Amino acid sequence: MTSIKINNLTVERGKRDVVENVNLNITEGKITGLLGPSGCGKTTLMRSIVGVQIIKSGEIFILGEESGSKEVRGEVGYMSQDPALYEDISVNHNIGYFAKVLGVKKNRINEVLDLTELNDYKKSLVGNLSGGERARLSLGISILSKPKILILDEPTVGVDPLLRRKLWNVFSKLSEEGHTLLISSHVMDEAEYCEDIILMRSGNVVYNGSKSNLINKTDEKNIEEAFIKIINKNEDR
Amino acid sequence: MSSRVIFATVVRILRQVKRDHMSLALLLGAPTAIMCILSYMLSDIPGAFNKWGATILAIFPLVMMFIITSVATLRERTSGTLERLMSLPVSKLDFSMSYAISFSFLAILQVTFLSFVCFMLLGLETKGSIIMIILISTFNGLAGTGFGLASSSLAKTEFQAVQFMPITLFPQILLCGLIVPRDFLPKGLKEISNLLPLSYAIDAVNEATVQTAFTYEYISSISTLGGFTFILLLIGATTIKRRTP
Repeated sequence: MTSIKINNLTVERGKRDVVENVNLNITEGKITGLLGPSGCGKTTLMRSIVGVQIIKSGEIFILGEESGSKEVRGEVGYMSQDPALYEDISVNHNIGYFAKVLGVKKNRINEVLDLTELNDYKKSLVGNLSGGERARLSLGISILSKPKILILDEPTVGVDPLLRRKLWNVFSKLSEEGHTLLISSHVMDEAEYCEDIILMRSGNVVYNGSKSNLINKTDEKNIEEAFIKIINKNEDR
Repeated sequence: MSSRVIFATVVRILRQVKRDHMSLALLLGAPTAIMCILSYMLSDIPGAFNKWGATILAIFPLVMMFIITSVATLRERTSGTLERLMSLPVSKLDFSMSYAISFSFLAILQVTFLSFVCFMLLGLETKGSIIMIILISTFNGLAGTGFGLASSSLAKTEFQAVQFMPITLFPQILLCGLIVPRDFLPKGLKEISNLLPLSYAIDAVNEATVQTAFTYEYISSISTLGGFTFILLLIGATTIKRRTP
């Protein structure tokens, strides 16, 4: 089943097409890694899927509905690169606020705090949290309502390796529960945890499919090498 | 609109304000200090404080609510929290109404405190009702919130947002009848002052200080101010965009 379908998407930012004529299908219930160098259009593509980006042309369907429409807004959880939190109130008040906005029950807040290991920080001001702690809180808020689709923009950037491992465990758990996850990273190694891969370079999708297929196609075990091989092949053509 | 979302957002906004003791102290203390200076300054001129006091009192919420609204909503835009809310089932009107409601609370708090100081301690007198002066001033504060919402969408930084204050508010203060009565304004300026909400707030406060009766002029000033406030808040709401470049 396809949960996100993108047809001929082009997005212009500052008179430049940062996403160029992209076509994609993202499969339901899997972890898809959106990989590519910094500045290749990952964030813009993700914001378009969430429905907060002005797009130039093309269409995006989420579970059959137009992206950003009222019907699907509750079904898409989005974690942006900025933590997007209220720094002057506590962890509890931040998560409690979004829980009320989403109409989520109180016990779910505790579940999420457990899952993101933030129980000891409940009363801390967000302004006093470290980058990694903020990232976990931001992730926690985006999974509060158990949305069917999760769009996570570089959730593991700058976090220590131990926490990175933990976060990927959380993502696997969510995927097992049936959530569709689209996770971006500029670190190719993170492909390790993904079933499907989207490789992007300067606004274009250069590969979209399963990881095993990518490895077979390029004869490279290392995703970075595979990425280079695909780019070189494309440029030779 | 969702009452659940609005209620939660109002609680969250007021919680943020409550934590900021310095801002709260300034919100109440600064206008009080200015009114004290004004009363002392005019103490040797008979009747002068009674003439100016109530009108100047009514200007404070407009200025204060303009500033705090434009900075607070700009902070939501730049921190990404507005984008997060816009990715959720939250309407633009939920967002702007929450700010209007939260900051009306603050306006009422400010004006009530200020009225207490002016009427009870500084000897300001009115022939009309103090409650009406508080109500008119609160409306004026709401107009400030509307202006603030709109100007924060034009501003890219807090620095710019604050710069919008003199442009939007100074002409209103000059033309509202405080310095030259509106009927004596030269041709052209009188017509401009008819288009500015503060003019009606000052007209209404002037009526409220001389009588208790609800005259035609009094009611029409209050309802025009109410209409302006409503339109400004709607304009403010439309400046919030779900999709951004």
